[in-house]
Amino acid sequence: MAQPEGLLYSKEHEWVKIDGDNATVGITDYAQDSLGDIVYVELPKIGRQVVQFASVGVVESVKAVSDLFTPVGGEVTEVNAGLENDPALVNREPFEGGWLFKVKLSGDAQTSGLLSAADYESFTKES
Amino acid sequence: MSTPVSDHTATPLIFESGQDGRANRYFERGKSLDQFLPREALRAELPIPDNSEMDVVRHFTRLSQRTFGIDVGFYPLGSCTMKYNPRVNDAMANLPGLRDLHPYTPDDQAQGALRIMWELERSLCSLFGMAAFSLNPSAGAHAELAALLIAKAYFKGRGETKRDKVIVPDTAHGTNPASAAMCGFKVISLKSDKRGRVSVDEVKKVLGDDTAVVMMTNPNTLGLFEDHVHEITRAVHEAGGLCYYDGANANALMGNARPGDMGFDLMHLNLHKTFTIPHGGGGAGSGPLGVAKHLVDFLPTPYVRKKNDSFVLDFDMPKSIGPMRSFWSNFAHIVRALAYVYANGAEGLTKVSQLAVLNANYMRVKIREFLETPYDEICRHEFVASAQELKKETGVRALDIAKALLDRGYMAPTIYFPLIVPECLMIEPTETESKETLDAFVDALRDIVETAKREPEKILAAPVTTVVGRLDETRAAREPDLRWRPTS
Amino acid sequence: MLQTVGVDSLDDLLRVPDAVKLREKLEVVPALPETGIVSRFEELALENTGARFVSFLGAGSYLHYAPPAISALAMRGEFLTAYTPYQAEVSQGYLQAIYEWQTYICLLTGMDIANASVYDGATALAEAAIMAINENGRQKILVSRAIHPNYRAVLKTYCDGLDVAIEELPIAEDGTTDLGELARLAATKEYACVALQSPNFFGVIDTPGSAEHSALKDSGTVLVAVVAEALSLGALQPPSQWGADIVAGEAQSFGVPVAYGGPYVGFIAARKEHLRRIPGRLAGKTVDSNGKEGYVLTLQAREQHIRRERATSNICTNQAHCALIATMYLALVGKTGLRDVAAANLQRTRELAAAVDAIDGCSLKFTAPYFNEIVVCVHQPARHALAKLEQRGILGGVDLGRYYPEYDNCILMAATEMTTTRDIQTLTKALHEVVHVHARV
Repeated sequence: MAQPEGLLYSKEHEWVKIDGDNATVGITDYAQDSLGDIVYVELPKIGRQVVQFASVGVVESVKAVSDLFTPVGGEVTEVNAGLENDPALVNREPFEGGWLFKVKLSGDAQTSGLLSAADYESFTKES
Repeated sequence: MSTPVSDHTATPLIFESGQDGRANRYFERGKSLDQFLPREALRAELPIPDNSEMDVVRHFTRLSQRTFGIDVGFYPLGSCTMKYNPRVNDAMANLPGLRDLHPYTPDDQAQGALRIMWELERSLCSLFGMAAFSLNPSAGAHAELAALLIAKAYFKGRGETKRDKVIVPDTAHGTNPASAAMCGFKVISLKSDKRGRVSVDEVKKVLGDDTAVVMMTNPNTLGLFEDHVHEITRAVHEAGGLCYYDGANANALMGNARPGDMGFDLMHLNLHKTFTIPHGGGGAGSGPLGVAKHLVDFLPTPYVRKKNDSFVLDFDMPKSIGPMRSFWSNFAHIVRALAYVYANGAEGLTKVSQLAVLNANYMRVKIREFLETPYDEICRHEFVASAQELKKETGVRALDIAKALLDRGYMAPTIYFPLIVPECLMIEPTETESKETLDAFVDALRDIVETAKREPEKILAAPVTTVVGRLDETRAAREPDLRWRPTS
Repeated sequence: MLQTVGVDSLDDLLRVPDAVKLREKLEVVPALPETGIVSRFEELALENTGARFVSFLGAGSYLHYAPPAISALAMRGEFLTAYTPYQAEVSQGYLQAIYEWQTYICLLTGMDIANASVYDGATALAEAAIMAINENGRQKILVSRAIHPNYRAVLKTYCDGLDVAIEELPIAEDGTTDLGELARLAATKEYACVALQSPNFFGVIDTPGSAEHSALKDSGTVLVAVVAEALSLGALQPPSQWGADIVAGEAQSFGVPVAYGGPYVGFIAARKEHLRRIPGRLAGKTVDSNGKEGYVLTLQAREQHIRRERATSNICTNQAHCALIATMYLALVGKTGLRDVAAANLQRTRELAAAVDAIDGCSLKFTAPYFNEIVVCVHQPARHALAKLEQRGILGGVDLGRYYPEYDNCILMAATEMTTTRDIQTLTKALHEVVHVHARV
C-alpha cells in the first residue's frame, strides 16, 4: 500500500500532517484495511489536552475495536464531524476526507518516535 | 437428520398486524383511569396494538420455527455446553408451590424453597471442593463481578489496597477482563505457552505485591487441562494473591478433579451449562459463586443457612459485599439444577464428565483427518480445530464453514475464539449426543472441507437453505435500526 | 470409541496430576428415577405453605395473571433451548422477538432505544448509573430514599467496586421524594445522575416537576427513572414525559412468575444520545446478501467479548427468555388489556385502602396518589402484626421496619387484579383482630 509522502507515521498506524503548529491526525490505509468496515469512531473532545502516544479515542469495526493513539501532543482544536454520519469515510479516504482530529501543537512539536513514509512502509511489511 | 429452518416468507412484526377491536378479554373492563388518578399523572396514549390470541399464537409459533435450539439439532458450540435439557426440570420449576412463591414469604412458610437452595449448595460444595456457594449471582459474568468485589473487600480489610492487578490468560473469556474493570482493577494479559497452557514461569514474572487475583479456566478454552495449576495457585498464594476459577468448562471436571483441591479461592459455575438449565436464547442463567473458607463471610446476601432442622435466609453478614440482584437467586433455575443433580447423583455426574470428554476426543481424532487440530493431544470436553490451512488453500474461512454447517442442519461451533488460534473452530459435543450424531456431523464437516477444495464458491455462498442469507452486519452497525416506529 | 481415540479406558482420558487428584467421597443428593424426582419436589413444594396463603406481598415482585398462551409458546423447545442468536441466519425468529421487545419497551417508556435485557430491576439501576458516570465522568450519584431498598443495596454493591459515592434524597411527609434540595445539589455539577422511582417503593407516584427537570438539564445531571412495577406503564405518564434520560426497570409483571425471586427481567431504555454507552445486547434490522430484511445482534463492539476490559458492562448472559415471555404478554394483552389490568390494579388497591383505613388502629401512612401499593400504619411493630396474620394464613405485606427504622409500625401492602374482594375481607377481619388484641394489651 502506498504511503503518502510528507506525512509522519506512528507504529500504532496513525498518520499526522504537520503544518506550522497545527497537526491533522488520521489512521493509515493499512490500519483501516486490517480493521475492516469501520462503523464508529469515538474522538477526543475539542479543547482536551492530549499527550503524545496517549489513547484518545476508539475506532470500531463490526467485530473489532482498536484504540486510537495520538501521534502528537497538544490541544484538540477540531474533530471530523462528518464521521458521525459517515464513518465509512475512514475506509474510503483514510488520508483525506477520513481524517480524525486536529491538534494545536504544544511548544516544540514532538515528532520523535514517528516514522517517515518509507520507514512506515517497511514497518508494516515486517508486522 | 434435523431439518434446517426453512420457511422463507418473512413474518411481519407484531406491530404491523394488530387492529382495534381485536383485544382479548383477559381482564374485566376497567373504569376510566381518571377515576383513580389525576389526569396529569396519566399517559395520553398507549401506542401498542391489540392482536387476537390466535394471531399472537401463530406469530410466535412462526418465530419459533425460525429459531434453532438444542431440541432442533446438534449444537456443538464450544465453551457453551449445549447439552440436552431434561423436560422434568421445567416441570418441577413450574410446580405451583415453587412458581407462585413470593420472595418476601417469611422463611417459616418457605421451607421447601430454602431446602432446595440448601441441598443444591451443599451438593455443589462437595462436587467442587468449596466451603460455600452463594446462589445469588444471575450468570457467570455476574459471579465474576461478585468474586472480584469480594477480593477487593478482602484486601481492603487487610489494608492491602495496593493490590490492583488482575491477571488473565489470553485464552480467557471476555467477561474476565470486563468484570475486573468494573471493580477498578487493572488487567494484565498472560500469553499462553506452546502447549496452550498458562506457564508457571510467566505467571511468576508478573506476580508481585500488587497482584490481586489470577483468573483461570480449567480445562481452558482450548479444551486442555492446566496440568501445572496447583503450582500456579501456590505461587499466587505465596505472592499474597487470590485465585479465581472460571467454571464455564466445569462439565469436564465432575468427579474427576475439584477447583478447591487445585487451590482456587473463588469460583463460579454456569448452571445453564453444566447443570442443564435451558439457555433460553441467551438467558436467564444462574451463576453460583463458590468460595474457600477464608472468604465465606464476604459472600453476597442473602445466604441460606441451616439452623437446627430449619432453613433461613441470612441477611446479617457484616462483611458481605452486599446483594448482587433484586431478589435472592434465579430460584426457578436452582430447582432445575437440583432436579438434574437428583437425576444423576454423584456417580451419574462423574459419568457425565467422562462421557463429555470421550465424545470430544472421539470427534477430535475423526476431524483431524481433514482439518488441522492445533494443540493435538488428549483434550477434555472440547477442542479447537483451525481452518488456517484451508483458507490459504481455498479462501474458505472458519466463518464460511460455520455457515455451510447451518445449511446441513447443524448449529455452528464457536468460531474465532479463543483469540490465539487463527481461523478457530471450537467444538464441544457434550455427553448427551450419540455416536451416530457425532459421526454424521463429522461427515458433514468433511464434506464441507472437500467441497471447499473442489468448489470453494459453493461454501462461500452458504448458507442457502436458511430463511435469510448472510446478513449485512456493517449496515446494521452503521445505520442502527433497533426498533419499529409508528408510521403516522 | 475408546479404540478410535487410541486409549484403553476412560481413566486414560481423565488423568490429572497427583496433587489435584480427587480423594474425597462426593456427597451430593442421591440419584432418583424421574418418578422419585417428581415426588421429592412435590413434597418440597408442599412445604412452601406461603404459596397457598392469601397474600398482599408486592414490593418489586408481583403476582399477576399470565394468559396460558404464554407458557404454551414460551416453552417451545426452539426458544427454550436456543443459545444467544449469534448465528443470525438460523435465529431470525428469536432476533425478531428481541427487536419486538426493544420496541415495546420504547413505546411504553417513551424512550428512543432499549436493550435486549439485563438481569433485573436492581442491576438495571446499577448499569444505568454506570452509563451516566461514563457519560460525564462524575464520581458521585444521588438516589431517592424511596427507591426499592434492594435496588439501592445492589447499586451500592456495584458502586463500591467503582469507588463511586452514593448520596440519598429524603422522603417527604406525603410519601414522595423530598426534592427541595435537588436543584441546589445538581447545580454543584458533582453528581453523575439522580435516580427516582415512580411509582416508588411505597406505591406512590413520584415524579419531578419542570423546575427540577431544568436544573438537572442545565447541570448535565442525568435523570434515571426507575420502574419496579412495569404494569404501571399501562396507565401512568411515560418516564420520557417527566424528563427521564435513562429508564431502568423490571418487567417481571409482564407474565414472568414470582418464583421466589427469579429469574426476572431488567430493561434499560434511553434517549438516543446514550446509544454507545448502553450495556448488553441489541438486536437490529438489516438486509441479507439478496436485499431481504433480517435481524442481527449489532453494535457488538460495545460488549465484553470484543471490547474486554473497556466494555460498557461485563454482562454476557442476560434474561432473554424472560424478555420473550414479557413480549408475548404484551402482544396478547395489547393496549386494551394493559389499560384494563392497570385499572383493575388501581381499583383493587383502592378497595384495600378503604377497607384497611376503616379499621380502628390502622391508618394509611401517605397521602400522595398511588398505583397498586399502600403503606398501612398498624401502631405496633409491623413484624408482630404480620406474624399474627401469618398464623391466620395471611401474608399481610412487607414489614417496612426491615428497611426504614422510622416506619417500624408500617406494612407495605399490594393489591393486584388477582386480589379478590374475599381476600380483602379475610385480611380486614384478621387485621381487626390483630390490632384489637394489641390495643387491649
